[in-house]
Amino acid sequence: MAKKMKLTDITDMFAGMDVEALEGVTIEGDIELDLGGLGGGFDPMLAAALGQESAVLAQHFARIAGMFGYPVGIGAGAPAPAAALAAPKFKDLIPAKFDVANMADWATPIQEVRIGNTSADGGSRGKAVHVGGEKALPFYFDAEMPNRNQVTIDVFDMRIGLAKAVKQNYDEVMDSPGEWAKKNVEQFNADMITIHLISTDPLIKDTPAKEAAKVVEEVLQAVDVPIAIGGSGNPQKDPEVLAKAAEVAEGERCLLASASLNLDYAAIAEAALKYDHDVLSWTQLDMNSQKELNRKLMKQCNVPRERIIMDPTTAALGYGLDYAYTNMERIRLAALLGDDELTFPMSSGTTNAWGARESWMVGSPLKEDSDWGPREYRGPIWEIVTGLSLALAGNDLFMMMHPTSVAFLKKATQTLFGSIDAEPVDISNWIAAEV
Amino acid sequence: MKINSPLQAYKYLPQTNCGECGEPTCMAFASKLIDRSGKTADCPPLVKEKKFAKKLAELEGLLAPEIREVIIGVGEKAAKIGGDDVLYRHKLTFFNKTKMFFDVADNMEEAALVERVKQIADFRKFYVGNYLLLDGVAVRAASGDPAKFAAAVKKVAETTDLPLILCSFDPAVLKAGLEVVKDKNPLLYAANKDNWKEVGELALEYKVPVVVSALNDLDALKTLAKTLAEAGIQDIVLDPGTVPVGKGLKDTFTNFLKIRRAGIDGDVEIAYPILALPFTAWMAGIEDPVSASYWETVMASMFTIRYGDIMILHSMEPYAVLPEMHLVDTIYTDPRTPVAVDGAMYQVGSPTVDSPVFFTTNFALTYYTVESDIASNGIDCWLLAVDTDGIGVEAAVAGGQLTSDKVKDAFDKAGFDLKKDVNHNTLIVPGLSARLQGDIEDSLGANVMVGPMDSGRIPGWMEKNWPPK
Repeated sequence: MAKKMKLTDITDMFAGMDVEALEGVTIEGDIELDLGGLGGGFDPMLAAALGQESAVLAQHFARIAGMFGYPVGIGAGAPAPAAALAAPKFKDLIPAKFDVANMADWATPIQEVRIGNTSADGGSRGKAVHVGGEKALPFYFDAEMPNRNQVTIDVFDMRIGLAKAVKQNYDEVMDSPGEWAKKNVEQFNADMITIHLISTDPLIKDTPAKEAAKVVEEVLQAVDVPIAIGGSGNPQKDPEVLAKAAEVAEGERCLLASASLNLDYAAIAEAALKYDHDVLSWTQLDMNSQKELNRKLMKQCNVPRERIIMDPTTAALGYGLDYAYTNMERIRLAALLGDDELTFPMSSGTTNAWGARESWMVGSPLKEDSDWGPREYRGPIWEIVTGLSLALAGNDLFMMMHPTSVAFLKKATQTLFGSIDAEPVDISNWIAAEV
Repeated sequence: MKINSPLQAYKYLPQTNCGECGEPTCMAFASKLIDRSGKTADCPPLVKEKKFAKKLAELEGLLAPEIREVIIGVGEKAAKIGGDDVLYRHKLTFFNKTKMFFDVADNMEEAALVERVKQIADFRKFYVGNYLLLDGVAVRAASGDPAKFAAAVKKVAETTDLPLILCSFDPAVLKAGLEVVKDKNPLLYAANKDNWKEVGELALEYKVPVVVSALNDLDALKTLAKTLAEAGIQDIVLDPGTVPVGKGLKDTFTNFLKIRRAGIDGDVEIAYPILALPFTAWMAGIEDPVSASYWETVMASMFTIRYGDIMILHSMEPYAVLPEMHLVDTIYTDPRTPVAVDGAMYQVGSPTVDSPVFFTTNFALTYYTVESDIASNGIDCWLLAVDTDGIGVEAAVAGGQLTSDKVKDAFDKAGFDLKKDVNHNTLIVPGLSARLQGDIEDSLGANVMVGPMDSGRIPGWMEKNWPPK
């Protein structure tokens, strides 16, 4: 592009342009000028925008000015032409309307399930808890969410090892399940209580079913919220333990936790039907197993749809939450799209978050890590984030432990549910906020 | 992506099965294009031969992700955001992790500013073979003074090569900052209804990505995005406002859902990455700093899961940062990668006949956690992965996928004999499977020691218990 120019060439150029004089400029003979294309800052895109004619004109002026030593283009202190060129790009806003459709194919609602019988239903609970009934993913604008998320706080039938941050809230009530349950309701705002009969495990205390059932009675008398009853996880013993517990809690509509494929689920289903309870259908991170168990509960054991809640398994943040999250989201989406073997509310053992080492360990076992900071603050937020993630995936009922976690999970889910008002916060000047 | 089957992509390929891409057939290559594990650039004939130029251009248009990809920063640490094709991760996977930028303000003391930037740049956590890291620094022009802002930006850029967001609504302030880091491709925050012309011009002039901001007004947001796009700006990020509490937060959540659904559904005028500001938790009047920090993490979690592509955050407390970075990793892990490792005997370090023998399950996360705990502490050992259908130790014991018979089978299949291959005939079992101790002793005829409940405690356990007396 670079070429040499003679003075005559310049004169020729001026000849076509109606330029009569260049004031204050003198040119003395035999000058050779290097012209390296156009001025450095000339933008061909801008030129195009101005139209061919004005672009040509602009090029000429740029050349002339450049030749005579005038600065040209961006970075050379010539703002006037740049602004003039930019103006047509940003003239007026181009109005656009935002619109998005609701999901038409979410046509199947989730079954609503009641836990707890009040006097109207022949029970003694002060209130019942309702979960399920959704017609969309949780907190979505497509359809109103009929029931908020519920939290049930754990009680154990014996003193057990707990993370320090959890234990300090319960230490003085750990030998009395009734007092423990009361504290959960009165101080920590539990919607429900889960009593875990873990001492029945033959490898722990092998407490007989009959004796364990007394603890269930104790809890039912101590609090009037609905309760869930859990076994020890021993597949041989749990059916017997849960059946006996169901019997002493007859008519209270408790949630029996859990029926699973690796134990005698029929015995648990039978006890639920005989004594008026709900069944928790528990599988391990596998949607197809969940369908199979739900199908067996409904078809083989005749459990009515309004008595089934699913626990598809909760893995903690950092320890498989990706599987747990996606398993729940897939289950909920499949249900909304019409898979009637999956249209049930879901429950999460959110306390599994306390198994994550980040929630209880003093510091990182790995030298390469940055400092993990104080553990007493890590545990509760680990439980909150694990639970909240699953709330967004479709989980309805949360089995939790730490009071702070319960409070934050409730506030977060109820905010998205739309039931929490707050003073409006003006965020427009966040950039200058004092923090 | 406008197409979803390999057959549709195959139409645009040379169909010669030349194998230059490393795949045996063009059809195999087409399926890699569809699952986004391959790029058109991997097919030399398509790229080099002129006769394919038109098909290449068409194919690239069809393969382009629904949500525009935007790059912030330069070099290795550049942050790529957006690029998604689906609303749910199991439908494919989510691409380009949500990027976590932490704020500094231009009115901070210089020493404090430098220290904070270093803290952001250095924070790391080891996790299954990699480090989780933070992604960038957002410089807030709290002073409103161009010179002060430029000085702060300069200091930040001297301290780290992490990507930057320059935050001001004043074009003069933004320009002053841009001048300092014009080669670093920072993200401009933000063009709004008042300053969009000037900020748009800056984005064009400096060729940098830009945020358009309209608080809780999606028509206005789309109008701004469309106007800037028509002016030739392609790298746009959307800020619909992030209200920290109450109904406002619910509205914000709804806005994120709506924007992303519209974008994936093909509304290209709004198909850009979204910026979330969990930072605003600090403006909600929450007195206690731990609670404010928790609430910020709660907001970060909501918008990591529901479509925030880039976030500006404040709390650098480890109890805030650790769960945030883990959740980002959780949501953006490719769900197509297998859950399990092969059930087999693995060597960690260089084990000998004196080395301890551990087992764990073949659940990938469990296996890699145990392996990294052992390896990072320099312990040589044999580590058996028992096939539990990819379920962790505690759940597998409860669910019957981990039994003494399964452990014996695993040793048999691996061809490892505790009586011959080591000189101590001892197996260390996970603390969470302690109840299997007796059964395993019987089925293996070996000594069984119960290890710690968490593999992070193996080094301490070894000091006390190894070699066995």
